Amino acid sequence: MSPLAVNPPAPASTDPSVIRNFCIIAHIDHGKSTLADRMLQATGVVTPRQMKAQYLDRMDIERERGITIKSQAVRMPWNVDGTDYALNMIDTPGHVDFTYEVSRSLAACEATILLVDAAQGIEAQTLANLYLAIENDLTIIPVLNKIDLPAAQPEKYAAELANLIGVEPEDVLKVSGKTGEGVEELLDTIVRQVPAPQGVKDAPSRAMIFDSVYDTYRGVVTYVRVVDGTLSPRERIQMMSTGATHELLELGVISPEPVPSQGLSVGEVGYLITGVKDVRQSRVGDTVTSQTKPAQQSLGGYEDPKPMVFSGLFPVEGSDYPVLRDALEKLQLNDAALVYEPETSAALGFGFRCGFLGLLHLEITRDRLEREFNLDLISTAPSVSYNVTLEDNSEEEVTNPSEFPEGRILEIREPMVSATILVPSEFIGAVMELCQSKRGEMKGMDYLSEDRVELRYRLPLAEIVFDFFDQLKSKTRGYASLDWKADGEQAADLVKVDILLQGEQVDAFSAITHKDKAYSYGVLMTRKLQKLIPRQQYEVPIQAAIGSRIIARENIRAIRKDVLSKCYGGDISRKRKLLEKQKEGKKRMKMVGRVEVPQEAFVAALSSDEDNGKDKKK
Amino acid sequence: MPAQPEGDPAPRDGALPAASVARAADRTLSLYVHVPFCAVRCGYCDFNTYTMDQLGDGVSQRDYHADAAAEVRFARSVLDAAGAPPRALHSVFFGGGTPTLLPARELAHMLEQARESFGLAPDAEVTVEANPDSVSEETFDVLAAAGVTRVSFGMQSAVPHVLRVLERTHTPANVPRAVGWAKDRGLGASVDLIYGTPGESVADWRTSLEAALAMDPDHVSAYSLITEDGTKLAAQIRRGEVPEVDPDDQAEKYTLADALLREAGFEWYEVSNWSRAAHGRSAVQNRSAHNLAYWRNQDWWGIGPGAHSHSDGVRWWNLKHPLPYTAAVRRGDSPAVGRETLDAETQYVEHVMLGIRIREGLPLDGLRPEARRAVAGLIADGWLDGAAALGGSAVLTDAGRLMADAVTRRLLDW
Repeated sequence: MSPLAVNPPAPASTDPSVIRNFCIIAHIDHGKSTLADRMLQATGVVTPRQMKAQYLDRMDIERERGITIKSQAVRMPWNVDGTDYALNMIDTPGHVDFTYEVSRSLAACEATILLVDAAQGIEAQTLANLYLAIENDLTIIPVLNKIDLPAAQPEKYAAELANLIGVEPEDVLKVSGKTGEGVEELLDTIVRQVPAPQGVKDAPSRAMIFDSVYDTYRGVVTYVRVVDGTLSPRERIQMMSTGATHELLELGVISPEPVPSQGLSVGEVGYLITGVKDVRQSRVGDTVTSQTKPAQQSLGGYEDPKPMVFSGLFPVEGSDYPVLRDALEKLQLNDAALVYEPETSAALGFGFRCGFLGLLHLEITRDRLEREFNLDLISTAPSVSYNVTLEDNSEEEVTNPSEFPEGRILEIREPMVSATILVPSEFIGAVMELCQSKRGEMKGMDYLSEDRVELRYRLPLAEIVFDFFDQLKSKTRGYASLDWKADGEQAADLVKVDILLQGEQVDAFSAITHKDKAYSYGVLMTRKLQKLIPRQQYEVPIQAAIGSRIIARENIRAIRKDVLSKCYGGDISRKRKLLEKQKEGKKRMKMVGRVEVPQEAFVAALSSDEDNGKDKKK
Repeated sequence: MPAQPEGDPAPRDGALPAASVARAADRTLSLYVHVPFCAVRCGYCDFNTYTMDQLGDGVSQRDYHADAAAEVRFARSVLDAAGAPPRALHSVFFGGGTPTLLPARELAHMLEQARESFGLAPDAEVTVEANPDSVSEETFDVLAAAGVTRVSFGMQSAVPHVLRVLERTHTPANVPRAVGWAKDRGLGASVDLIYGTPGESVADWRTSLEAALAMDPDHVSAYSLITEDGTKLAAQIRRGEVPEVDPDDQAEKYTLADALLREAGFEWYEVSNWSRAAHGRSAVQNRSAHNLAYWRNQDWWGIGPGAHSHSDGVRWWNLKHPLPYTAAVRRGDSPAVGRETLDAETQYVEHVMLGIRIREGLPLDGLRPEARRAVAGLIADGWLDGAAALGGSAVLTDAGRLMADAVTRRLLDW
């Protein structure tokens, strides 16, 4: 059994042979953060008194949602057989929206812990990340967590894991992040099984950025893995994708707070600060080299973040527009994947069209804007990016239904995804039915074990971003797990459905849907709005239309009585105040032509939760 | 019952600014006397009223007339101190609560005090609200002798199941008898009705209207039921024990009321009030002068717990509960608890809000440009009378009466 490290190796002068770089791949609630906490405690990096649950998840939202958005790296000392080692644990995001960030984190490691809940077995996202890890030639350390749970089935799932990665079931470690059982053995195993990093000490320095985070006080903090050479304080560095150069103001390691060091050398993991203020100047996947002695070849694998899901964000109070603009600017400092541009909606006023990696990214961004900047926002229904070929063969990219081109269209292509769904075999029928209704094409099916099946589908992204995951969960009693990745585009029979109030088109409600679903969208929206919009002084028809063809119609009847008959025994003030209240109420209305539409109606109509009668707000 | 409005604290001596009486010579002064007692509280009512067992020590229903009379004297002294010229009262109105729960001679005593402190104008209207169950022939003898000119009967409905929802306890048959007693003594007779009570059918409402007309009144008030927060009825609706009030149903009943009343020779003079020529008086003479004083934004002093007063742009209201009210009056302090001094903007808002409700309407030349611009659209929508507008007034059409608040907001450009 290992004692704590006696002389922890110092950064910059650590021999690569005692460095172990690893990450943890786990599904969202399989206990990764709790296990990380136990390792911090076991290695003495965090004293029990300092211990906050899930130490590494810094942002409030992460803590509340129990998920890690931004990865971080912690250096932990550990002694095995008299030798002190430096263990670098790189925390990875666990959600499909952040696959690219995960792949960069994996590229910074030599090994990964494959962490699986002993009561639930492996999930689709974990499987996807496991493939990534194997593609990156990482050593896999299979671990079953939560063995303290009464429902744990360690034998069953050890066999499943062993089968997946080709080891013996007894090689699967069993731990409990809750009780700490097995954590020290795990640390020992890491030292014994994780290969030491290989790199050329004297070569021009190359370090890969696997994360960059904006800090109010320090500017951008960039997390790097040094592959070759050494980075030293005060030297000038160069970003190989852009050629931009920066002065290094500080280098160091996280343990678990930032500790400046005299440098970072081959195989080491740490942070650097250059004084830039925007994470887009320090992009995940990019290679950092020395300006004076630059490397010739970048480490490769860098990709520009590509937004997949688009939504308009509008302040409920029009006067909050500048606040929203500043807030997006600030968030972008910390989120290179967030893109936005100003958008004007006739119905919702001034706002921004924003691009996101996925729905979770959208939700998190919206949450942060509302919480950290005290904004009230309306977000329009999520859309994807369509490629439209017009009659004159010109092409147009449409990410906003209200900008859908008029006139004759030769072809519309929509983005596709390939999806992997893991599900107990009893739900195969339900999942196939759902995928079919979402225009999915089956690509394959495999049994992972006797009662667990992997289904592979090609689906339009647009069908996934709306409420696919919720439906999948409800049709499988929560057992299904989903992973997807972009898979090109495909022509489809798509139309734009407009919603008209008293003949006026409400741009915020326009949607691009498959032709077969246009009618049901039209009926759903007109019925929703009929319930949500209060009666007006005039009759208000609500119509859904494809071009000039009306496909659905509802009516809001005119109000017939708008008068208070009493005068309350001379209490004129009271009557006047009721009138003033009505005036205030009107301020919360958006005018669509002559129709007063309450803000709440927009919010409610744009949320997807009404149709199947359950509250899907997480 | 409703909270009092939020306002500034009222001064202890009740002193009024000189500006609030500067134009008093051209403004009428009315007196409202609140009688805050009921035998039982009705389920829909949020007025400031108490049943006997709700009152504490030291304050008795029996002494109320004396305390109210003290506030009448106090009113005169405050107006004098502010520099108002003496004004004989344009109208007096005893409302409640249930004024007829007090012995008629006590009502007479309060009226006598009003006459002594202010004097009554030659044609002054003096109204008493009456519960048909708490009056006798003698009541009307005493009231007529004291100078009361008209009686307003709280009939509400002629249909037993509707009365039950309202928790009105009176016996329907007692109403025509009481109305007859009043008319026999030369008193004007008004009947108050409520429409739109949950469970009331259109046929029920017609029954009530016809019953009211059969009593041959000279004045009818018809109010739509409003469920006020804090009332028993509101709670019953919230719990789903009683169906919700339906504005469409109320609109239909209002239209029916207007048609039946018109057939019977009545004409509207305010959104909820109709009068007709009867008992040797014209329809105009049978309008309620007191009621009109409110809509015409004249001055009135409200006597009693929770009563509201107005003097040319200053509004104030009394302590709500009879106990502190009585204590203040007996100390010689003002019983007012809050007041509001209206700025020019607010006075204009009230001018529009109140004036649009009456048959004469609003003179267009007193309206601001945005209101005058709104008139054409309101005529086009059928809510303002085009001919009247050409004649210089904004007057509601029949359909417009049901939309008076919407018309007000559009005139104010709200």
